[in-house]
Amino acid sequence: METLEFRFKAASATPAAGTALCGVVGSGNLEILIRPGEPADTCQVSVRTSARGFGRIWEAVIGEFAARHPVGGTRIDINDMGATPAVVSLRLSQALGDYTGGAR
Amino acid sequence: MNAPQPLALRRSWFEATARARLQALLDPRSFQEFLPPETSQPSPHLAVLDIPGAFDDGVIIGAGRLDGREVLVIAQEGQFMGGAVGEIHGAKIVGLLKRAQRDKPAAVLFLADSGGVRLHEANAGLIAISEIMRAVLDTRAAGVPVLALVGGSCGAFGGMGIVTRLCSAVIMSEEGRLALSGPEVIETVAGVEEFDSKDRALVWRVTGGKHRYLTGDCAALAEDEAADFSRVAAQLLASWQEEGPSLDALRAEQARLSQRRARFAGLRDGLDVWAALGVADPAQVPLMDRDSLVELKKGLPQ
Repeated sequence: METLEFRFKAASATPAAGTALCGVVGSGNLEILIRPGEPADTCQVSVRTSARGFGRIWEAVIGEFAARHPVGGTRIDINDMGATPAVVSLRLSQALGDYTGGAR
Repeated sequence: MNAPQPLALRRSWFEATARARLQALLDPRSFQEFLPPETSQPSPHLAVLDIPGAFDDGVIIGAGRLDGREVLVIAQEGQFMGGAVGEIHGAKIVGLLKRAQRDKPAAVLFLADSGGVRLHEANAGLIAISEIMRAVLDTRAAGVPVLALVGGSCGAFGGMGIVTRLCSAVIMSEEGRLALSGPEVIETVAGVEEFDSKDRALVWRVTGGKHRYLTGDCAALAEDEAADFSRVAAQLLASWQEEGPSLDALRAEQARLSQRRARFAGLRDGLDVWAALGVADPAQVPLMDRDSLVELKKGLPQ
């Protein structure tokens, strides 16, 4: 297991729910928990992943997500069981959608 | 029979996550989670083994309403470590059952989806399972029915198979499976001649929902759909009188199971068991829909 910590500058998110959770820690999948964090222009991310040695890819995938979406003022915790970058992006969008009120 | 729903609107119980099952099973917006993910910690035992945990440790507990009745719920997540019961997972279930003994809801709904003990947590997992068994019986003794709902991809095996049968009643879908040792375990221990775990049809013929319904181990069959589990559970509860476990009832059950074991001892396949139960054309059973099977069972000799 590897634990990774990232911080990205991003425009502030406007939460609708206190927290949002999506995904499951199953094979090729991951769970993402988003909750309010400080400061308002920063997104803090903590990843625990079963696959070692992919830190740069995580940074690129989440960095690209943070550049495209307003995710400032959040703390994102991820438990990962070997999700591919595409699945990670999809789950991030889904979690942010729930957090900002795009609830289904 | 209701008109079938368009496929796009159906929500498969088998494929859904535990959270999705709860949302679809309970009355809209009635579910309230206890110890939600943001307040809980992943298992420290898994962290020691360098395995990422889940915030809810693979089980969701809470309160909600089923057809207007106040219920407490437990939902195991089969996709996380096969729904296996670790220390935190077990403690959440036991805590929920103790709350049921105190608060006396209309029922506890136990959405089982688990291969049993989480072997990574060794004794802590085994103790957790035994505590759950006792807590289920205590809850029933307090007059609160505990309904097991089995229709997930992991079924209910090992210690969770025992827990499931300790519940007041079991509701299964055809896709659900219920047994003690899992197919791979039997094959590993006794050889492929004894049991071929790759033969999926055979696995379902000896552990699946239809088999369990015909042998009386499950009280009701539901379609593989949350709305149907909801309907069947509400229907069972409407007339349920929880008598709780008693020594006499357990002795009678023991005698019944011993007789059954003797009666079916030499049989190798669900097909043989169904024939012995009086089913005229056992080969048709796997092809039947739920309602036809329910009709078939009504006609069997008791």
